Amino acid sequence: MSADVELNDVWIKFGDFVAARDVNITIEGGEFFSFLGPSGCGKTTLLRAVSGFLEPSQGTIKIGGQNMAGIGPNKRPTALIFQNLALFPLMAVWENIAFALEVRGMGKAARRKKADELLELIALPGQGDKLVHELSGGQKQRVAIARALAAEPEVLLLDEPLSALDLKLRQHMRTELRAIQQRVGITFIYITHDQGEALTMSDQVAVMREGIIEQVGDGNNIYDHPATSFVASFVGENNLFRGRITGIDGDYAMVDTNVGPLKARMTKTNGEVPLKFNDDAFVFVRPESLKFANGVNYENTVRARIAHQEFEGHFWQVYLDVAQAEKRISMSLVNDGQELGHETGSEVTLGFTPDLAVALPEGPLAAGE
Amino acid sequence: MNPSLALQRFFLKNGMALGIFLLVAVAFWMFILIILPQLFMVDFSLSKNLPPAEIGGPKDVLTFEHYKFMLYGSAKEAGSFNTVDLGVFMRTLLAAFFVTIFDLVLCYPIAYYLAQVAHGGWGRLMVLSLIVPFWVNEILRAFAFRIMFGSAGVINTFLIWAGILDQPYDFIPNNVALYAGLGYAFILLMIFPLYNAIESLDKNQIEAARDMGASWLRIHWRVVIPFAKPGISSGCTMVFMLTAGALAAPQILGGPSSLWFTQIIYQWFNTGGNWPRGSAYAIILLVSTILIVLLVMKIFKVKLGEIAK
Repeated sequence: MSADVELNDVWIKFGDFVAARDVNITIEGGEFFSFLGPSGCGKTTLLRAVSGFLEPSQGTIKIGGQNMAGIGPNKRPTALIFQNLALFPLMAVWENIAFALEVRGMGKAARRKKADELLELIALPGQGDKLVHELSGGQKQRVAIARALAAEPEVLLLDEPLSALDLKLRQHMRTELRAIQQRVGITFIYITHDQGEALTMSDQVAVMREGIIEQVGDGNNIYDHPATSFVASFVGENNLFRGRITGIDGDYAMVDTNVGPLKARMTKTNGEVPLKFNDDAFVFVRPESLKFANGVNYENTVRARIAHQEFEGHFWQVYLDVAQAEKRISMSLVNDGQELGHETGSEVTLGFTPDLAVALPEGPLAAGE
Repeated sequence: MNPSLALQRFFLKNGMALGIFLLVAVAFWMFILIILPQLFMVDFSLSKNLPPAEIGGPKDVLTFEHYKFMLYGSAKEAGSFNTVDLGVFMRTLLAAFFVTIFDLVLCYPIAYYLAQVAHGGWGRLMVLSLIVPFWVNEILRAFAFRIMFGSAGVINTFLIWAGILDQPYDFIPNNVALYAGLGYAFILLMIFPLYNAIESLDKNQIEAARDMGASWLRIHWRVVIPFAKPGISSGCTMVFMLTAGALAAPQILGGPSSLWFTQIIYQWFNTGGNWPRGSAYAIILLVSTILIVLLVMKIFKVKLGEIAK
């Protein structure tokens, strides 16, 4: 069984601090939904409100159509996986997994049987009698998932459960989590500050900043059609040029930037373009959208000097200084076996098409921009 | 590691001066303050009660008569026991046991509240109000209890004013004051080990259990108490040992007809003038309480090392 989760006008305040601001989101049953945002953006607070550990200051949370106001975490059809997993160290692995069943008064033999089934599901058969500290990080991870699934929740809530794992294991667990979600078919709500996790696993991603939902969409949408400057700068790498709108042409904006005029497409919200003549605007171009012009006539061009190059294996990362903008930009070029053809220190012309650049209203940026 | 090498490293690490100080201090503490007095007590308990002139003389021989006296009294015929002393002994241990249980039940919620629920100022205020009364001397505190529980004391006055009693209740002859005083005397030694144990429990575990639908009772039974077991054993051990060995509270708060075993020991040393017998009684109390503690630890599967944590 999987349930829809609906957040209507949800505000969460701690004194003067607003952790969530007018959140309106509908999560479809059976969906893998991620909240993505930097630490302190309110995503964990929102998750705790869904799980019932805190009540929103305002607004309603519905799970499976039922209003959850006043219903405690022990009575909600949700199960939460904690960031540090919070496995019970003094219980055997199988007792951990069967805890929710023990709470429901299931007999010991039946509990053991169910725990063994779940151990099969998480590919740890026969490990039930071990103690938690005898397991590796990835195994603990899977036990925490099994423990949460044993409660047969309609919604599984995951609070950055992969953040303690090393890179390889984290990447492996992404695939694993997604596979488990598809096998059990329940709604997953996943909290992360790691865009890679959010983009690879989720059906839908909500990007959060300072308690505000900046954009909701699938990974492609978020990455290619960012709705705000924050989303553009937080999700993936992006090069930013500041400027002012000199003209609007359908879905495209002409922007007069300090590197010259650039043409970029706009992301429509509710069918409207977000910019008009003379607005301050940001133009974002992704590193992989930049190309060496090499004589090709691009609509947008930027002059730059190659500062240094890094060979990353499957691609080249090239850092360039743009004199007029006094800034450094980066480009990624797929390693197709050819030489780059440009030396460090040489002046080059970069080109990109308007479709691969996004013009957005000036606004807050992710930290570090 | 061989001992001489270990010693060498110890001095290398701490330096000569500090090393010698540490060794001397520990040795002084162990031998002069703990082992030696206990050995003297054992020696005393196995000697005859002789006038000073005859000590070391031909009559000064090893004897178990004081231990036998505890069991059989002065009676010569077999099958007659020293019911007075044995009765007091059993009653003392039993009372100490119940005082320990009472303290545990009382202190667990307080310790849990302080460790997991209270934040900042309010928690500090509570800790302070637990500690400050213990700045007052133990004997003064016992007298304060005597005044509180007296027939014209605060408690009787209040109960009569509230209409619950129409005449004062005799708290002291009925030993209510004694048990209240003993229960309060070592309360901190129960709260702090419990607090330390519960405080180190990850809050998320409590929340995880709650999230999986567990009632508060089950959360405590399955998650908090197993985790706090070393703290519980440590607190119970201290309270039990100290209550069984308490003297001030029974002297001051005890009813006229009730004796605490330590009072009998005190009498043998003091008015009775029989130090060997007092020593034997003290050893009996010490060994019995240690055995009881070890037995209880065995039953609850607690290791000695865990208590020291």
